Amino acid sequence: MSILVDKNTRVLCQGMGKAGTFHAQQCRDYGTQIVGGVVPGKGGTTKEGFPLFNTVAEAVRKTGANATMVFVPPPGAADAIMEAADVGIAVIVAITEGIPVLDMARAMRFLKDRPCRLVGPNCPGVITPGQCKIGIMPGYIHKPGPVGVISRSGTLTYEAVWQLSGLGLGQSTCVGLGGDPIVGTSFIDLLQMFQADPKTEAILMMGEIGGKAEERAAEFIKQHVTKPVATFIAGQTAPPGKRMGHAGAIISGGSGTAKEKITALRAAGIVVADSPADLGVSVQRAMKGKS
Amino acid sequence: MKIHEYQAKELLAAAGATVPRGVVASSPAEVQQAFDRMGGPVVLKAQIHAGGRGKGRFPDSGQDWGGVKFVRSREESARVAEVMFKYSLATKQTGEAGQRVSKVLVQEAADIAREVYLGMVVDRAIGLPVLMASAEGGVEIEEVAARSPEKILKAPVDPDAGLRSFQARRLTYDLGFPPEQAAQAETLMRALCKVFLDKDCSLAEVNPVVATPKGEVLALDAKMTFDDSALFRHPDIEKLRDEAEENASELRATRSGLSFISLTGNIGCLVNGAGLAMSTMDIIKYHGGEPANFLDVGGGANKDQVTEAFRILLGDARVKTVLVNIFGGIMKCDTIAGAILAAFKEVGFHVPLVVRLEGTNVEQGRKMLAESGLNIATATGLTEAAKKVVAAAK
Repeated sequence: MSILVDKNTRVLCQGMGKAGTFHAQQCRDYGTQIVGGVVPGKGGTTKEGFPLFNTVAEAVRKTGANATMVFVPPPGAADAIMEAADVGIAVIVAITEGIPVLDMARAMRFLKDRPCRLVGPNCPGVITPGQCKIGIMPGYIHKPGPVGVISRSGTLTYEAVWQLSGLGLGQSTCVGLGGDPIVGTSFIDLLQMFQADPKTEAILMMGEIGGKAEERAAEFIKQHVTKPVATFIAGQTAPPGKRMGHAGAIISGGSGTAKEKITALRAAGIVVADSPADLGVSVQRAMKGKS
Repeated sequence: MKIHEYQAKELLAAAGATVPRGVVASSPAEVQQAFDRMGGPVVLKAQIHAGGRGKGRFPDSGQDWGGVKFVRSREESARVAEVMFKYSLATKQTGEAGQRVSKVLVQEAADIAREVYLGMVVDRAIGLPVLMASAEGGVEIEEVAARSPEKILKAPVDPDAGLRSFQARRLTYDLGFPPEQAAQAETLMRALCKVFLDKDCSLAEVNPVVATPKGEVLALDAKMTFDDSALFRHPDIEKLRDEAEENASELRATRSGLSFISLTGNIGCLVNGAGLAMSTMDIIKYHGGEPANFLDVGGGANKDQVTEAFRILLGDARVKTVLVNIFGGIMKCDTIAGAILAAFKEVGFHVPLVVRLEGTNVEQGRKMLAESGLNIATATGLTEAAKKVVAAAK
């Protein structure tokens, strides 16, 4: 088992430029069922062996796709996400970085009552090791296993997976939430899914400075998560962010620092790694019941 | 991207808000001319992006006033302007060295009967822009937020519909505006929201909104920052950029599509991904070193970008050693290895280099570095990389 994606997932790639095509190939090589690409105007042609379609709707009709990987550049990316949601694609993984924030605010409203889950944007993707890779992560570092991985970062996630695999602790599913201010899926959404997944025995959560998502997650874990959880918060030694004006402080009540997040997490009984070199061992500690 | 107060006021005025009469001056002579045109007492406001101007000081000037100065006479305006253009202005936000001022806003002095706060940001938790207001204007709004958060009124704004009339009306009356000032207050709120949504702001603030004894409602100050990701569709906003306000290295990095923040240490860092870059800084400090910078080459970095990144890093005299920590997803290890070799040839490595690579095409990357014959120390794990580079910096 796993969450979100598995060997049966049928994946489209929206945007088949250089990056989209490269990663569609990498995903296919990993064993993911990439069933086609969506490039308006290029429907009916193929690229690197992928059939291309003009629209997501057409692609779904012809391939039965139920997931998509979005590589459309920023000006059209939010629209591409909405296009996929409108057709009922269950899992939308938005890789694109640099989507205007207000475009995402609009897209999230569009997605609100539709039966789809958006992961990202500005995320490395989702991978269920050995079954399905939708994203840009290096597949070879992952191993199937009992640890669910959630992260706001891209490359820091790979670091964590590298350490876990090295310790013999494989991963059930790894999900990158994305680094943007407005993202489709939260820590809490995934904690819920991992808690309900029979094959996930422990959870590694990686956060960073800014916002209060980790604090909310800590509260949720205290009340609803019984499986062992380990965390790391990046940016403990980052200087105070460039001041964007007083209003930012109001929203977060003056917080969003790594220190506050770590305090909230430890208060909820969650193992917090002190060094990014200890991501893997902190999961071991959590699983052994130590803190 | 930040802009100056006078530019923010122009945008608000174009959207229908009332701002005080004002003229932007670029020299003491222009300040005097502006004073003459105004025909009355004015406030001279130093135009820098950083906040805290009023409480700031011109440390070398020997004067006891800051970047916002009320002046009554032509002679006084000339004297104050001389100081403002000659000395650096240091505020809580600029750091001790302060900043040079190249523009001064000469603004009609307003009588203030009441001050309120208006601000707009995107609330990440609800995924919507939100208009915030407080009856306590003109003071440090962070204090109000910390002390009495219930005094901050909020209205989530639909990004497609904009601020609805009833929302503006409700905020106006909750703020205590009397009926005869309501229309003006609502107009100001609508203007703020319109600029925020039309121009993709990340922050838009009017602090204070002022009601004069005569019952006029105006934006006495204005601050705006813009979503960098949206600038591609606002060439008019991009034109407002003041490069003199930006750190030269950071600007250079942004131009190349890199994310760079200058810090105070001596270990240069080049990493892909913000989370890993922050963690790299964390682990360097954990092992007793001091990062000189934060630099994220990102997922799409090409050979030219990476070469430019090295130029920026190696151009800093404080940097005694460089750590490259690349975990390749979109970023391929052979690309980074190629860039290291290219940078070495173009810039010349004069400091020890520690490289830690992992990820897509890692074998090709390691092979290229090993076969180059260059003096590059490699590391396989984070701890080893951090320890090696901290040792190299000593």
